[in-house]
Amino acid sequence: MTAFTPLSAAIGGALIGAAAVLLMASLGRIAGISGIAGGLFSAPKADRGWRWAFLGGLAFAPVLVWLVRGEAPAFELEASWTMLAFAGLLVGFSTRLGSGCTSGHGVCGISRWSPRSIAATAAFMATGMATVALARLLAEQIR
Amino acid sequence: MKTMMAGLAGLLFGIGLVVADMTNPAKVRAFLDIGGNWDPSLAIVMVTALLVTGIGYRLVFKRDKPLFAPTFQTPTNTALDARLLIGAGLFGVGWGLVGLCPGPAIAALSFGGWPVLGFFAAMAAGMGLYAMVEDQIAKVV
Repeated sequence: MTAFTPLSAAIGGALIGAAAVLLMASLGRIAGISGIAGGLFSAPKADRGWRWAFLGGLAFAPVLVWLVRGEAPAFELEASWTMLAFAGLLVGFSTRLGSGCTSGHGVCGISRWSPRSIAATAAFMATGMATVALARLLAEQIR
Repeated sequence: MKTMMAGLAGLLFGIGLVVADMTNPAKVRAFLDIGGNWDPSLAIVMVTALLVTGIGYRLVFKRDKPLFAPTFQTPTNTALDARLLIGAGLFGVGWGLVGLCPGPAIAALSFGGWPVLGFFAAMAAGMGLYAMVEDQIAKVV
């Protein structure tokens, strides 16, 4: 259970949007994490450097926030290793199959009014909510 | 210059994720838990991200080309095909199970401990697996 934090959510969302606009304005690219990561090894050589730089910045950002705030960002996750491995495999495979994830479809795609991204976002929101509901029901049954 | 701009964009993206607390799997799962103790924060993140990106993209696309690249590379495919919907549907299942999607999984590498490293390794393997079977899948769907 987490508290509703509208202000930090609004600020964070605006920063994510600004990052997407910056990447489009400078390099003409969609800020979709799964798409960027998917080309790290397979894209043409000249098309790889920016990918490493973007994901490097993404990985380093929390360290910066950590240094400024003096405390590590919150992280609560209870899952078995089997679950982590299964979910990780599924997320990696399916975001490539579906050509995008929360960032590429959910933010960049919808911003361009792409029908594919709108449909994809509706689909992963629906199955995500159904999965959590089902997981909660199962947990309550066991208890 | 390209590398620097991409690094800056990644940094900004990551700061946004952390500020919004979207790197906390419990927070993301609380958003997906509409029948339970629902936390709508993620919806607010999406709304402001979409507002900024929607307006920003409109301004950017008024130019002929990006500042440091020859063309805008936006997807041109408009077909709502099985690959898209199956892929997105399965992604939602994995996302709901653990509360991590690709961006936060990478951003949380430095502070999420072994669970994130494990998830990240499996995610990379899943992407690698897709690259290996991509051609076979293209023949089916």
